[in-house]
Amino acid sequence: MPDYRHALIIIVVMGLMTLATRILPVLIFGRGEKVPDYIMYLGRVVPYTAMGLLIVYCLRDVQILDAPHALPELAALAAVCLTHLWKHNTILSVVTGTVLYMILVQIVF
Amino acid sequence: MVTFIVLGIGYGLLMQKSGYGPLWSLASGLIIFSGTVQFVSVSMLGGGSVIMAAITALMVAARHIFFSISMIGRYSSEGRRKWYLFYALCDETYAMLSRNETPEGVDLSAYRLLVTMFDQGSWLLGSFLGGWIGTLLNFDSTGIDFAMTALFVTVFIDQWKSAENHIPAVLGVAATLACRLIFGRELFLIPAMVIIIAVLTVMRGRIEQKEGDTDA
Repeated sequence: MPDYRHALIIIVVMGLMTLATRILPVLIFGRGEKVPDYIMYLGRVVPYTAMGLLIVYCLRDVQILDAPHALPELAALAAVCLTHLWKHNTILSVVTGTVLYMILVQIVF
Repeated sequence: MVTFIVLGIGYGLLMQKSGYGPLWSLASGLIIFSGTVQFVSVSMLGGGSVIMAAITALMVAARHIFFSISMIGRYSSEGRRKWYLFYALCDETYAMLSRNETPEGVDLSAYRLLVTMFDQGSWLLGSFLGGWIGTLLNFDSTGIDFAMTALFVTVFIDQWKSAENHIPAVLGVAATLACRLIFGRELFLIPAMVIIIAVLTVMRGRIEQKEGDTDA
């Protein structure tokens, strides 16, 4: 059985942090003060770094050295990229990649 | 909106398969209300450092700083209602309400509230449905967590196409990958974030110069 208390703490803490990114800028700069260029700069560029960070985070347990040498992951990633570049449809790309990955890890490898 | 429902179903399913039913997904959608943060949170609910979860949420949600700042002027006339509008300001809502296009003959204030509530409502509905479907269907869900990876890859591709400057995108992947190899799976996230912010700060001149080129 999962540790529900810990789960609740994690949700509340992550919720507070998310709320801070939405509300603190309003509390601090809501009266028309000039927003420091550095803050605006980080707000603009950090999102572009965050997606790469998240992708690596998702794949943190992949073992390239052991069989099946990350083949299911690589195949499914390729499927997502190709589908997305071809059709530009997020749902289609996600479903295609996930179904392929589930077939690969459950049946093929 | 349809996207929110479908992605919400994916999130709810993932939560259900990790041992957290539809009510958990609903509560998370009310407390966090950010798809990316919620997807990442699933792997952290079962254990792990609270501080790491906090810093990860901050980093992943950082784009909201930009959304909120650019809506301060527009929402200044909303009175108390603006606190809900800011709390629930997500990518979709920002995209719709920052364009300054209101349908003819519609009260702007009501329009903003409705768009925001519809977006949050469809996300909540989807994630609840996903959790519920997960309890009904008994299938082998091994590998369903790849949906999260796939979602982030699609956002990465969209961002790559819209950005003129690819240094931040490459930096995010490279720094995190290097830290994963050096620090191991438990510790790599925080050093990766420190390195990313440090490099962004040091290279600010170069990155902004490139951004500036595109404006000209």
